[in-house]
Amino acid sequence: MKVGIPAEIAPNELRVAATPKTVKRLQKQGFEVFIQQNAGVKANFSDKEFEEAGAKIVPTAAQIYSQSDIVLKVKEPSPEEVDQMREGLVLLSYLWPAQNPALLQKLADKKVNAVAMDAIPRISRAQKMDVLSSMANIAGYRAVIESSFYFGRFLNGQITAAGKVEPAKVLVIGAGVAGLAAIGAANSLGAIVRAFDTRKEVAEQIESMGAQFLTVDIEEDGATASGYSKEMSKAFIDAEMALFKAQAAEVDIIITTAQIPGKPAPKLVLEDHVAVMKPGSVIVDLAASSGGNCALTKAGEVYTTANGVTILGKLNQLPNQASQLYGNNLCHLLDDMGKAEKFKIDMEDAVVSRAMVTHNGKINWPPQPLPVSSAPAKKSAAVQAQEVKESEAQKTKQQATSMLIRLVVIGALLLLLGQFAPGDFMQHFTVFVLAVFVGWQVIWNVSHSLHTPLMAVTNAISGIIIVGGLLQTTNDLTNPMTILAFIAILVASINIVGGFVVTRRMLNMFKK
Amino acid sequence: MIVKEIQTAAYLFASILFILSLGSLSSQESAKRGVFYGIVGMLIAILATVMGQGVQGHAYIISAIAVASVIGVLLARRVEMTSMPQLVAILHSFVGLAAVLVGYGSYLDPKTHLLESTEHSIHLVEVFIGVFIGAITFTGSIIAWGKLEGKVRSKPLLYPGRHLVNIVLLLVCIVLGVMFTGAEGTTGMVYLYIMTAIASFIGVMLVMAIGGADMPVVVSMLNSYSGWAASAAGFMLGNDLLIVTGALVGSSGAILSIIMCEAMNRSFFAVIFGGFGNAPASGGAAAAMEGEVTSVNHQEVAQLLKEAKSLVIVPGYGMAVAKAQYPIYDLVQTLRKAGKQVRFAIHPVAGRLPGHMNVLLAEANVPYDIVLEMDEINEDLPNTDVVMVIGANDVVNPGAQDDPSSPIYGMPVIEAWKAEKVIVMKRSMSVGYAGVENPLFYKSNADMLYGDAKDSVEKILGYLKA
Repeated sequence: MKVGIPAEIAPNELRVAATPKTVKRLQKQGFEVFIQQNAGVKANFSDKEFEEAGAKIVPTAAQIYSQSDIVLKVKEPSPEEVDQMREGLVLLSYLWPAQNPALLQKLADKKVNAVAMDAIPRISRAQKMDVLSSMANIAGYRAVIESSFYFGRFLNGQITAAGKVEPAKVLVIGAGVAGLAAIGAANSLGAIVRAFDTRKEVAEQIESMGAQFLTVDIEEDGATASGYSKEMSKAFIDAEMALFKAQAAEVDIIITTAQIPGKPAPKLVLEDHVAVMKPGSVIVDLAASSGGNCALTKAGEVYTTANGVTILGKLNQLPNQASQLYGNNLCHLLDDMGKAEKFKIDMEDAVVSRAMVTHNGKINWPPQPLPVSSAPAKKSAAVQAQEVKESEAQKTKQQATSMLIRLVVIGALLLLLGQFAPGDFMQHFTVFVLAVFVGWQVIWNVSHSLHTPLMAVTNAISGIIIVGGLLQTTNDLTNPMTILAFIAILVASINIVGGFVVTRRMLNMFKK
Repeated sequence: MIVKEIQTAAYLFASILFILSLGSLSSQESAKRGVFYGIVGMLIAILATVMGQGVQGHAYIISAIAVASVIGVLLARRVEMTSMPQLVAILHSFVGLAAVLVGYGSYLDPKTHLLESTEHSIHLVEVFIGVFIGAITFTGSIIAWGKLEGKVRSKPLLYPGRHLVNIVLLLVCIVLGVMFTGAEGTTGMVYLYIMTAIASFIGVMLVMAIGGADMPVVVSMLNSYSGWAASAAGFMLGNDLLIVTGALVGSSGAILSIIMCEAMNRSFFAVIFGGFGNAPASGGAAAAMEGEVTSVNHQEVAQLLKEAKSLVIVPGYGMAVAKAQYPIYDLVQTLRKAGKQVRFAIHPVAGRLPGHMNVLLAEANVPYDIVLEMDEINEDLPNTDVVMVIGANDVVNPGAQDDPSSPIYGMPVIEAWKAEKVIVMKRSMSVGYAGVENPLFYKSNADMLYGDAKDSVEKILGYLKA
């Protein structure tokens, strides 16, 4: 089977869908690899390197699209590129299917079987092919590096002979892969890192990367079953905004990574937030391509506002590194699809069926939902907490009422008993009831493994009935009462002695 | 001869010692002290009574206690740990018998009939109730002993309308009781006789109706009864020590029964009043078994154990029957020396007594910190390489979780099937005490190793050491 890699035509796309290393890998999988001339130049891979790795260099993209069985791409194809594709071609590329319905239609019309690499479900098995994660990791790292370049100070605090340097404060908004990578990078450079996310479940992850988890005082969890976050309520957003404004005045660098799949990025850093930031501060907007988290972001541009805040709407993609990781992701997917020999589009497969957005001329989008969040799907935490509280309150109330009724009944019965029973009996009865309570309290503490010894001990102790026999014995052996008492003493004693001896035997065996 | 006040003080002291004795059983370390407290308390109680005012026939008392002590020691020394449940059951019957005798004695006591009218009536009620409970305890315990010993069929004996019969009998007893308290002098004796006979019958039928698997509940229930019987005797004799001690024992047994019932997910009343088989309403045939039962030989099991890193042993009554605990301990030692993690998983109702398995394993010197309860180990089982089920059946039945038609549906079980591999040691494919098929045996990761548990373990040990 032939795998073709065209050059990327978008001017700001520096990556390429294969590197010399992945070319070797593809051949090991049994594929023949064709790559367009100069496809890797922007990512610092020369044609020579590709040739040495075993790829055949093809002069035009048209050849790639018309002759390959599988085409590997980075950026979603332009309509012109799609026009060049042959029927039945398998395309592996970013596609952003939710934003590009026209592109999907065109691919379907062309009968191209297109896999959207950005639609790989985020389940454990598919992590190795998750391009969003691998790319986000780079972006998070790069966001810190580039922001520190524009930020005119150290990130770490220092106390030097020339004076004390305050550490920089970094706020990361959105703790996905990119956010966590940014936290890690900023933390290791010595900055004080804070992070915010609407999903409560990531608090632990944030703290594990060395940042402080910021939260608002509203119980609402933004986690969804898909692992992404959802849009939040108005009250929550207001609280969030207030938090960001307070933080904006304090921090030096803000890195925003919040994205909601298929929708424009939420506006989290507003104009008035930027206005309160100190001159020299930096905002890195990783969501710039989907509209930006910052209201002032200009996608693809770096500029400084009137009050001296630098806003980064683009990042260097580290094309060499990114191409390598992206290429690996693609190789892993091809591995899963059966390599060259057994290559198959298995629409039963949980990963392929969801990422294959066009298949045999049909559009296969949106896919079946697949719950992958590490937290179980649940009602909004606030609602749940409320319910729990209510049901608990109700339960306590019910318990209190039923307890009251019971006490009244018991009290009445006792009064009734007191009416008729002689004083002596009442006295004994008091002792009896108290003893039952004591026994009840004491026995619940007995450990499970000692239940047999407990039974043997209580058995021995219940031989106390011997006292009854002792009190009834007389000096007259012909008296039937004495005979009965004698037998009672006999059996009760067997019980006592047997019970204690056997208990001792048992307990002697227990050892650590 | 000691005065009454001193005697009361001594009784109080004995009561405290008994409470401490039970309280000490909360941990292994203090348990031995607990037995000591119990013995001292008992000695004080007996001495204070014998030395009290108005006690006669010291010679008879001493000879009775002496003879009984010898019998008791012999009995307790000679009993095998595996037949502990039987011993406990038969000892319960003794308490029941003693309670009956003390009740009769108290009725015959001339002092009884010198009492004022109300007090006299109350006293007679006490006697009546004491004898009633005592008789049920007596015969019930004997039947329980018979079932445990295998002398009485362990299958529940159920006949239609048994609840009605029991209720009618109970009503008859109440009528008898009314007539008994109204009778002049000792003329009420005949009512007492009839009632004793009826109570004995109820005791028999009560336990006959309960299946072998529910024996832990029955034994602890009888334990509780024996306590209440002692308490009733205390009331009739006006003796607080008896009342306190009986109440302690009674509540202890009741709690044990409740714990057992919870462990089997059955209501206490269902256990006492019903057999096992008719519990589920569906009553239809249990789900048909799918899959195939595969068996392995000892050598293969030994090989498997050599390769495994973690092993969990689930013992059951079969281990007790085969007395396999000693070779199992050897096996555990060998495997632990080889650096493997070996633990025991004990189901709360494994065996025929509460805590039965713990006692047997302790007998074989298994350290108790590797003996875990069901709840402690269940979550570890998916990460366990091998689970060895030794003579247990119902407590590892997956049907309890996924087959609503199973009679034991809802009972918490040890999730042995979640382990990588399950070896079930069993004598045959027969059903367990609950009479239920076990789908575990049909699972693909489960293999059967047929034969006597002790034999099998020894053979495996042989291959392991070879």
